[in-house]
Amino acid sequence: MSNQASVLDNLEEVRAMIRRHKFNDYVFSIIGLIALMIGLLTLLTLFVDLVMDGYPRFTFEFLSEYPSRRAAHAGLLSAWIGSLLVMVVTFLSAVPMGVAAGLYLEEYAPKNWFSDLIEINVTNLAGVPSIVYGLLALGLFVYILDLGQSILTAGLTLGLLILPVVIVATREAVRGIPVAIREAAYAVGATKWQVVLHHVLHYSFGGILTGVIIGMARALGETAPLITIGALTFIAFLPPSPITDTPPFLNFEWLSSGFTVMPIQMFNWLSRPDHAFHMNAAATGALIIVVTLLMNGTAIWLRYRIRKNIKW
Amino acid sequence: MVTTSTPIKAESRDLNFYYNGGHKALKGITMPLYEKKITALIGPSGCGKSTFLRCFNRMHDLYPGNRYDGQIIMHPDNTNVLANGVDPIEVRMRISMVFQKPNPFPKSIYENVAYGLRVRGENNKRVVDDKVEEALKGAALWEEVKNRLHDLAFNLSGGQQQRLCIARALATDPEIMLFDEPTSALDPIATANIEELMSELRNKLTILVVTHNMQQAARVSDYTAYMYLGELIEYGDTDMIFTRPTRKETEDYITGKFG
Repeated sequence: MSNQASVLDNLEEVRAMIRRHKFNDYVFSIIGLIALMIGLLTLLTLFVDLVMDGYPRFTFEFLSEYPSRRAAHAGLLSAWIGSLLVMVVTFLSAVPMGVAAGLYLEEYAPKNWFSDLIEINVTNLAGVPSIVYGLLALGLFVYILDLGQSILTAGLTLGLLILPVVIVATREAVRGIPVAIREAAYAVGATKWQVVLHHVLHYSFGGILTGVIIGMARALGETAPLITIGALTFIAFLPPSPITDTPPFLNFEWLSSGFTVMPIQMFNWLSRPDHAFHMNAAATGALIIVVTLLMNGTAIWLRYRIRKNIKW
Repeated sequence: MVTTSTPIKAESRDLNFYYNGGHKALKGITMPLYEKKITALIGPSGCGKSTFLRCFNRMHDLYPGNRYDGQIIMHPDNTNVLANGVDPIEVRMRISMVFQKPNPFPKSIYENVAYGLRVRGENNKRVVDDKVEEALKGAALWEEVKNRLHDLAFNLSGGQQQRLCIARALATDPEIMLFDEPTSALDPIATANIEELMSELRNKLTILVVTHNMQQAARVSDYTAYMYLGELIEYGDTDMIFTRPTRKETEDYITGKFG
């Protein structure tokens, strides 16, 4: 076994050993495939089941009708508009704050034990159960700041919830920019803010956007924190329109309006004894999944488009 | 040592440098950079030549904990580049740099060259257009890119990218240009182009170049400094360093007995 001729001397033995080792390759690839399929097929089955159950409700009326006592006439109008408006507030609160915090941590903050502590905490915040955010928001936004059980409160709550996701996405995107590019900018006399604005933010835009969209997709499906702050479950009205026909054409009354969102409407229908409502719930579930998939798909597509011109 | 009437553009005086953590990377370096001449820094890896080069434009300031001790005086104004009261940004506007690997921004060819002007707040299109053309001509790249100034810089070859980086460093009319092993990532033809370009640039500005390649130092430079373990072992006229070095260590290094 100690000299080079040993392979030739024991050719059959060596080949048997290689076959044994290759068999392990084969076994693992099967196990991995099964594990993958369990995950994918479960999700697919769930989706197909939802679509089959909810199929009769895939109509335009389902989106244009208010909820109703009669299942066949009940629609998602107040829920999807509620979701949309809440998402607007979430986006406007979480993105500027999260990007600014991420940039500060990565570019400006001194690297010491304190910034390490903050880093650990931000990462942990992403893992805090969403209902805890609901309790926090109930205390802070509803009782202390007196914002009411409103779209504003809901949007800020979900904004807080996805803030760590945006911060982490920003930091990772920023970290991907090579030192050589930063040094090139500094070497011609750029200030830190010029480097951040012209280069860091510019080149990490795709990565940040991907993180934001994935965070928003998560917020779209959140139910627990919104129930905690007192979202309504049955709403037969719409918030005041944000756009008006008289100057200044913008109206912010909608922010303090009561609301419901799609997952809460789904939960409400699901908890009714009448099976006709379960059909509505299934259709809503399918819709939420489709919207989430579309958002994630957009994120992947955008990342690809933006990264295409950047090679390092 | 050198006896010449050429004016001195900059000189380091008893320069020591400590990296974060206290490692002393430069030990008492004193040497001149003659105006409109090329000075080459040679020596084995880790000898401190890049560290020394990066003192000139205060690149070490970008990373916390680094410390300079000593002076780099720029003439004719006698500014100590390393003094606490001197803004590194102001220094970098006077002393530009070309890096080891071509590092263009993921922007257009035009915007790469214009960036130094943008940073200074120059937005007049006529002025920027003229400067970009002048810099690209100065970097011997104009003929190759004049019809595609708004193409992405990444579409250029490696040698062209490095000449683009030289144009970027040239566009702001620096007094000194630092080259940190500018050809180590390039093929021999691109290397020859860069060397020729450096010789032409000598008419306009003072050059300090770090090179791992002794033949390159012999080909392009007027003066050569040999460094070893953070110390300046020998400095002198390039011809003299390569033909009649006074120190045994220098001779061993340039004859390949060591390094």
